[in-house]
Amino acid sequence: MVGAATCGRAAGALEVLRAIKAELKKHGLDCPVFEVGCMGHCYAEPIVTIIKPGYPPICYGQVNEVIAQRLVREFILGDNPCLEFVLGALEKNELVPSFADFPRAEFEKKVILKNCGHIDPENIEHYIANGGYGALAKALQLEPEEVIDEVKSSGLRGRGGAGFSTGEKWEVCANARGKPKYLVCNGDEGDPGAFMDRAILESDPHSVVEGMLIAGYAIGARYGYIYVRAEYPLAVKRAQLALQQARKLNLLGRNILGGDFSFDIKLFQGSGAFVCGEETALIASLEGKAGTPHHRPPYPAVSGLYGKPTLVNNVKTLAYLRHIIQDGGNSFAGIGTEGSKGTAVFALAGKVVNTGLAEVPMGTTLRQVVFDVGSGIKDGKRFKAVQIGGPSGGCLPESALDLPIDFDSLTEAGAMMGSGGMIVLDEDDCMVEIARYFLEFTQRESCGKCTFCRLGTKQMLDVLDEFTKGRGKIEDLDMLIALAEDVKAGSLCGLGRTAPNPVLSTLRFFRDEYEAHIKEGRCPALMCRDLIAYYIDPKKCELTCDACVGTCTVEAISSHPTKRYKIIDQEKCVKCGTCLTACPPQYSAVVKLSPPSLVPVSKIPVSKAPGPKKKKKK
Amino acid sequence: MTEEKGKLKKQTRRILQGFAKKRGNLIPILQGLQGKLGYLPREAMLEVARFLDIPEMDVYGVVTFYNQFRLNPLGRHSVRVCLGTACHMKGGYITLDAWKRRLGIESGQTTPDREFDLDTVACVGCCVMAPVTVVDDKPEGKVEPTKVDGILLSFKLEKEKKSK
Repeated sequence: MVGAATCGRAAGALEVLRAIKAELKKHGLDCPVFEVGCMGHCYAEPIVTIIKPGYPPICYGQVNEVIAQRLVREFILGDNPCLEFVLGALEKNELVPSFADFPRAEFEKKVILKNCGHIDPENIEHYIANGGYGALAKALQLEPEEVIDEVKSSGLRGRGGAGFSTGEKWEVCANARGKPKYLVCNGDEGDPGAFMDRAILESDPHSVVEGMLIAGYAIGARYGYIYVRAEYPLAVKRAQLALQQARKLNLLGRNILGGDFSFDIKLFQGSGAFVCGEETALIASLEGKAGTPHHRPPYPAVSGLYGKPTLVNNVKTLAYLRHIIQDGGNSFAGIGTEGSKGTAVFALAGKVVNTGLAEVPMGTTLRQVVFDVGSGIKDGKRFKAVQIGGPSGGCLPESALDLPIDFDSLTEAGAMMGSGGMIVLDEDDCMVEIARYFLEFTQRESCGKCTFCRLGTKQMLDVLDEFTKGRGKIEDLDMLIALAEDVKAGSLCGLGRTAPNPVLSTLRFFRDEYEAHIKEGRCPALMCRDLIAYYIDPKKCELTCDACVGTCTVEAISSHPTKRYKIIDQEKCVKCGTCLTACPPQYSAVVKLSPPSLVPVSKIPVSKAPGPKKKKKK
Repeated sequence: MTEEKGKLKKQTRRILQGFAKKRGNLIPILQGLQGKLGYLPREAMLEVARFLDIPEMDVYGVVTFYNQFRLNPLGRHSVRVCLGTACHMKGGYITLDAWKRRLGIESGQTTPDREFDLDTVACVGCCVMAPVTVVDDKPEGKVEPTKVDGILLSFKLEKEKKSK
């Protein structure tokens, strides 16, 4: 089995797949090869799992074409399991440590990620063999009200970010008048840095289809839509295939499984608008209009698509349903905390070692997720903050690491659990820059309807831009906070209401960084390009190596003709950092300085042409 | 010029035949047209308005609201630099700069020889391989300025091989 979801492909999984097939053919081996989805260990992609009789199923990490060929020759043909490339085994055994033995396993609990990476997402039979569609059959034997009761007793709250009680939302929609009723699966995962929904749609699409069937039956819907971002072409393809396969087996369409329930699902591709993750904007785009949100009430559950009752649920919320029906609502309620039941899926990205997906019970602390599941910060750097909830969320510092992850605890601290995106930041990440980055995003994505969101975010962005260029004034900080509060109050939808969060939370916990930018023109993290300068230390430079000169992308580095010191022309330098990477680690002669005035200036101008004196470093 | 316009009209009409005349189909129609034509020329948008019997302004309003729709023709190769959070913190803006510098165009434009078009995308979901650039629908990971040069070189060599 070769992990070939989008991150696997970016890492080279398709080449590995080709190499394996070619090698198997060369040796005349009849061995089925499946493309599977994402196991969540994205840091180790491409991942190959080999299941050979007599051995436990073994996963190999960071496989390339050469390693793949060796694995076929030595393990499939021969008997050497090539332990040096092993990531872990899928079952406990005597030979190889299993994933259950990893320290992170203690904190993880896979519910909706269970199938991901272990089944072929393009083959419905794999899904069925793992108990798939059994929950649907069970639900169809119950009355719709009983299904809703089961979901209510589970305590499931919407996983799109708002955390509204799923059972209650279903009840409102089921009781609403109007036909036909619609069900929409919200796969418009727009938070930059979040990829949980993508992974589920690419790795286990049938779990979402089954969830939609259960929900559709419970509320009495006739038609459903899977709304996926067009930026996820593989997810679109696999979801489309899953729908076709389900239809063939009479699991979708008229008289499902021979009963009275008829329900069909169409796929709709989002056209690239973050605001369409908001349910009223999403419905507007389904109707062929611009994605502008409107006032609620009326709530879509009562009056949504074409004025009919419409239930909108997130991909993850729907994926939980088969487990809730199969194992009972109480079993789900047994995991997690009092207010937040079940598990939460996070997309861990940024400066953490184990980047990828993690599914943990609600109530697990941030520290446990970052340090135990994520194995801490890469390259021995210092932890600075964790950004949760995407552009609607906030940045939490070291002091907040022992907060439990659930819907309510994080909001008090000024952050938000959101849909599950978690970016880990270290000492090299600038908090002012990250606030500016999120604001640039929300400002661009604002639909423009509400004056405060449209103009307020632009003004806040301009102020932050000035900070990152060293041109801010200290009075701007209080003005920024006041404006942020106004934008929150004056906005109709979640985008405007939460856009100021990154600014407010970074100001709350990292005010010192803002002050350094404004008062000293210094970026403590050495990230803001206008406030840093690269410099090659002649005492550390090896002098004859010239690696930096050759690799500089704008040819800004030259060698002193006799002394061979390396000189960076600061006018040409674009701060790309290539010289830093190129300089051999034993010399490490390239340093970043902030503010730029720290770079030693020579009295001899470089340029022979007339004009302003260029700074030349000695 | 009118010959090209006439051709576009015919192509659009042919593609429209595959769709039902519902307002709700506007976005799938525009996506389908862009898939076949590469972008949304003025003639195509006018035909869509006529087909669905809606004001031309409505079509233009929807086209300009969403990031996916292009009003300029594409190049032979597409370059989409991911500016998601993880990619940004790993230097995505440096990668975008490198592409702009080498291709000589801004984001949203196409090179004069129509070989490459450059644009940014909010998040592709491959955050572990940051910084990511999607080249011709294939995600490339860890794209630093030197890798940009590598990718462009491989296109150049491929082109030279083909012309031989």
